[in-house]
Amino acid sequence: MGGIKLMLGNEAIARGVVESGCSVATSYPGTPASEILGSVASQGRGEGLAMHAQWAVNEKVAFEIAYAAAMSGLRAMVSMKQVGLNVASDPLMSAAYMGTRGGFVVISADDPGPHSSQTEQDSRMMAMMAKIPVLDPDTPRQARELVKTAFALSERFEIPVMLRPTTRVCHARQDVPLGPVDRELRRPAFEKDPTRWAATPKFRLRLHQELEGKLARLAEAPETFPKLQNGAAGKRAVAASGVAAAHAQDILKDLGLWDELPFYQIFQPFPLHTRFIGEVLSRHESVLVLEETLGVIEMQLADRSRVRGKMDGTVSRVGELDPERIEDLIARFAERSRTSVPVATPPGRRPTLCAGCPHRATFFAIKKAAPRAIYTSDIGCYTLGLNLGAVDTVLCMGAAVSQAAGFYHAYKGEARPPDIIATIGDSTFFHAGIPALVDAVTQRVRFVLVVLDNRTTAMTGNQPTPASGVDVAGEPLHAVELESIIRGCGIGFVREGDPYRLKDMTRLIRDAVRYSREKGPAVVISRHPCLLDKRSRERARVALPPRVTEKCDGCRYCVDHFECPALVPDPAGTRVDIDPALCSGCGVCIDVCPRNAIVSGAGSTKTGNPGPEQEAP
Amino acid sequence: MNQTTRQQIVIAGVGGQGVLFVTRLLAEAAIRRGLPVLTSETHGMAQRGGSVVSHLKIGGFASPLIRTGAADGLLGLKAESLDHFGRFLKPGAWVRLNGPAIGIESPRSRRVDAETLAAGLGNPRAVNLILLGFSLGVAEGDPEPGLFCTEKEIQEALTDSLGRAPDLLEASRAALEAGLSAGRRGGKTRTV
Repeated sequence: MGGIKLMLGNEAIARGVVESGCSVATSYPGTPASEILGSVASQGRGEGLAMHAQWAVNEKVAFEIAYAAAMSGLRAMVSMKQVGLNVASDPLMSAAYMGTRGGFVVISADDPGPHSSQTEQDSRMMAMMAKIPVLDPDTPRQARELVKTAFALSERFEIPVMLRPTTRVCHARQDVPLGPVDRELRRPAFEKDPTRWAATPKFRLRLHQELEGKLARLAEAPETFPKLQNGAAGKRAVAASGVAAAHAQDILKDLGLWDELPFYQIFQPFPLHTRFIGEVLSRHESVLVLEETLGVIEMQLADRSRVRGKMDGTVSRVGELDPERIEDLIARFAERSRTSVPVATPPGRRPTLCAGCPHRATFFAIKKAAPRAIYTSDIGCYTLGLNLGAVDTVLCMGAAVSQAAGFYHAYKGEARPPDIIATIGDSTFFHAGIPALVDAVTQRVRFVLVVLDNRTTAMTGNQPTPASGVDVAGEPLHAVELESIIRGCGIGFVREGDPYRLKDMTRLIRDAVRYSREKGPAVVISRHPCLLDKRSRERARVALPPRVTEKCDGCRYCVDHFECPALVPDPAGTRVDIDPALCSGCGVCIDVCPRNAIVSGAGSTKTGNPGPEQEAP
Repeated sequence: MNQTTRQQIVIAGVGGQGVLFVTRLLAEAAIRRGLPVLTSETHGMAQRGGSVVSHLKIGGFASPLIRTGAADGLLGLKAESLDHFGRFLKPGAWVRLNGPAIGIESPRSRRVDAETLAAGLGNPRAVNLILLGFSLGVAEGDPEPGLFCTEKEIQEALTDSLGRAPDLLEASRAALEAGLSAGRRGGKTRTV
């Protein structure tokens, strides 16, 4: 198959996976990596490949499924966001020692900025810690190429290989040439070798020794050797990887430096090629290194006095290396004046839960039921509950439950300990909430867990959860039942409600709080489908927006405490109106208004919209 | 326009307005012309009603991002888009903005009340395609280069994208047409 296609970076990565003849692909969704797996599945189907592609319950499980397939000689990949790699770091560290038979590619997408993450951590550092090679693409086109290189290196050296794209690669779109698909028939052939696959510490030492040998040979691999992109020569040189290399290339041209300032692009930041390290330091008096977000290349260029980068403070250690920063760095380094003037970025609009989002109703009910509680929360759309003052903590996946326990233990000796209400999404609960809940049951932690069950992984583009009963392609799977798991953990109080029925939900949470004060953990499942979920029938159910009557005196209670984007105060501050373009017709605000000034509309007239339906966050 | 075409466009709005859809149509139109294209998009949490911006670069670029002061034009799906993202524009750049008409601010700046037009179509969420149509319509009457592509190329990209959803395609075409005719009218009233 030939031709050129407009592809999102993540689709181009998926193309590389499919062209490599990958047999098993797994993932857990997370921005900016979310679109990779769905695209692997659909392109694999389109090419008629026999492939297993699946969303796993979390990144660790995803990693282990794909890794075992690679142990048996098949090509396999696992994709995740950078904080997902933290969850999968346990198998990663060990898999590096044991190595692989079939090509095994670990895709960990970083988010310098950060745009949609808790941290700016650098997955390349995780590769370095695990002692596996990592490739760092600059564009969607190069990402597709490097996936194929990664599979080839992985098989040649029997080692897992990481591809580390960043947000600006994952969420760039580019015209990408399509290559042929590897259709070599690979059959699973797991060869038992307990000294490798079940190695005891004695054998691990030997594996570690072998791993060092592999890395030394990888530091000589010709296909990933750094490239002098402009053929220039001079005392000073720039070395860059990832999207920083793409920015640098355009900027060197704009500043008229392309023919005079040598520019090296590095494809494999770790292990950095031994010969390159020698050459670059002997040819040039000083080297400016541009990379995100840690100085991984820089720390391997050992001469501190001649290398400019993050370690000597030339390049910021924090934040995205955007083109404005890179222009400034290159201009200073080459002693040129820059062309563009830096301008402060004005604050944009803050993100908010969608109009009609069931989470907003749940948070409102929580605030009503227990206004002085400590609210622990978790990772997902519902993190935005902080706009409503109903989210006090967000640490990492599953921590809402364990942090609730921690606050309970911290306060239990006090005369009047606070109520504690944890909120967690359904997908996050499956991912990492269950072990923490088991612990809370054991310790009789007095708190209320509200599971925000919208039947989907909403923030990342509505991927299914274990309770959805469908796979990545929409085919039926076995569905796991939330209530059974919660009861199975030993929770005595498990009740379900619909947050759109605001008064009932408030009462239900009040009951749960009362129970928790006396007896221990209580769980409320607040169940209503996400309005953005295409699989849900909720989309089809449209109602007219409610009406605001003349009783409205512009008190702003609904705007300040319910924070629905469809509620718009008029500039004079005399009343609030409903924006019909945004309103979903959920009608929850009718129960929010303290003046009873909002009444229901009736009938149904809405039409479809070609815009957001096409988009996945 | 030919192979040497280079154009950098900022497309901005609020999550849920369909900024990505417009970006993709324009990128597809570039490929139809055989031009290399790079875009950069906002995904994830910011898409939840926050400010959203796409960068679209047509021609031989390596970086997907537009630098401050380098954009040839801006499509703003909200009036506030110009305040939030105007820093990307180079001097003399064109601006096409959704907002109530408050007169022409500069010779290269045009506004259209896309929300009112969308309400008239009974499709309040069609603002994105109305503004795109408007920009194409304005470009027809403007002696200086505006958008790099033609209405026909956008129509083709739209058909490719929504061909399997005839109702959606029809509604989208109607929105594009409404914008186009507003643009053609607006494009002729050059003052200054």
